[in-house]
Amino acid sequence: MTPSPRTAHALGLYACHTCGLLSRPAREGASSCGRCGSSLRFRKTNSIERAAAYLIAAYILYIPANVLPIMETHSVFGREENTIVSGVAYLWHAGSWGLALIVFIASVVVPVLKLLAMTLLLITAHYQSAWRPLERAKLYRLVELVGRWSMLDVYVVAILAALVQFRPLATVTPRSGALYFGAVVILSMLSAMAFDPRLIWDPAHKESHTHA
Amino acid sequence: MPVLSPTDSQSTTGLIACNECDLLQRPIALPAGGWAVCGGCDAPLYRYTPGSLDRALAFSLGAAVLFLIGLTFPILELEIQGNVTSSSLSRTVQQLWKDGLHVFAVLIATTTILLPALELAVMISVLLLLRVRRASAWMPKLLRLLTLVRPWGMTEIFFMGVLVALVKLAHMADIVTGVALWSLGGMMLLLIAASRSFNLRHLWEQVAPQ
Repeated sequence: MTPSPRTAHALGLYACHTCGLLSRPAREGASSCGRCGSSLRFRKTNSIERAAAYLIAAYILYIPANVLPIMETHSVFGREENTIVSGVAYLWHAGSWGLALIVFIASVVVPVLKLLAMTLLLITAHYQSAWRPLERAKLYRLVELVGRWSMLDVYVVAILAALVQFRPLATVTPRSGALYFGAVVILSMLSAMAFDPRLIWDPAHKESHTHA
Repeated sequence: MPVLSPTDSQSTTGLIACNECDLLQRPIALPAGGWAVCGGCDAPLYRYTPGSLDRALAFSLGAAVLFLIGLTFPILELEIQGNVTSSSLSRTVQQLWKDGLHVFAVLIATTTILLPALELAVMISVLLLLRVRRASAWMPKLLRLLTLVRPWGMTEIFFMGVLVALVKLAHMADIVTGVALWSLGGMMLLLIAASRSFNLRHLWEQVAPQ
């Protein structure tokens, strides 16, 4: 029989979430890390509730982010409104397939996958599922890694708006869709930060403990 | 990539806990540049980067110089029928503010100017403090600030955004790439190199518990 793996929590040790120092505070409850001063907790406080709140807000804003135009182009040929999806289509038809792919992944695939991945992580963590913890941990790492890249389109709009100022020939103005989109990216980043990946492993560790 | 094995001994001194799965493990010696990986969940635990502080300082100072150039000089210049507009990072923010898009301007300014500048300033001050070997009460505060700021600086994404904008504009106007475009590209690479040499875990270990 192999000894069950031991976690810091199981031994009553606090691993500081900021600097990693292990400590056993003299007093249970409100105490702070002796090295960096962060408050010590076994798990992030109200991790699932906070992460879910950010996630729900992100889901709601995802709708105007995709439906509303992110920018408006005025030119001698008339007025044109662009959404996230029409921007990708434009690049594709212009023959820039590589960039079209990057923008498609950054602006369409990543945000959707990120929302779905966080939903999966939160639901399984809430029900203390011990289902495939390694795969879920890797999913979380992926979400953390690529989530920021969705800001790409927001920057593109900002740069175009700053550059294309040829009245009355051509002007580009940002529209509210870009702002909603930026908010979705920030909210889903906050959601991922609020989520404590240790919650993925706690049920698995508990199970191996009882079987050992 | 050595994988640490979960500990089952009784002593807990010298152990570390995985940041992601909380598993207790005993650190092992690594070859230069090596990563230690959690035995339970594969998460990276720590790196061994000998002599990297000077390198990190050189990279961050270089990035700071390029950042100043990238901030003030034009990134792209656009010409349509004799009219020329140019945009630098700071002008981009000003233009958005002038158009009444305040939230938008603040969002761009924060993620591409304010926070990257703060990240660089904090990294440089930490490394300079270590160079003069002054045990500073500021050290833990600076390192905490750095962990907080890091995910929100988005220089590399902004740089990709410039490239996408470049392609979108290429058909309708003559584009001249400005010196700031290359500066920002260089800054992006130096910033990545600097934060790879900046061994946060190692630096925390040098801060004595109070």
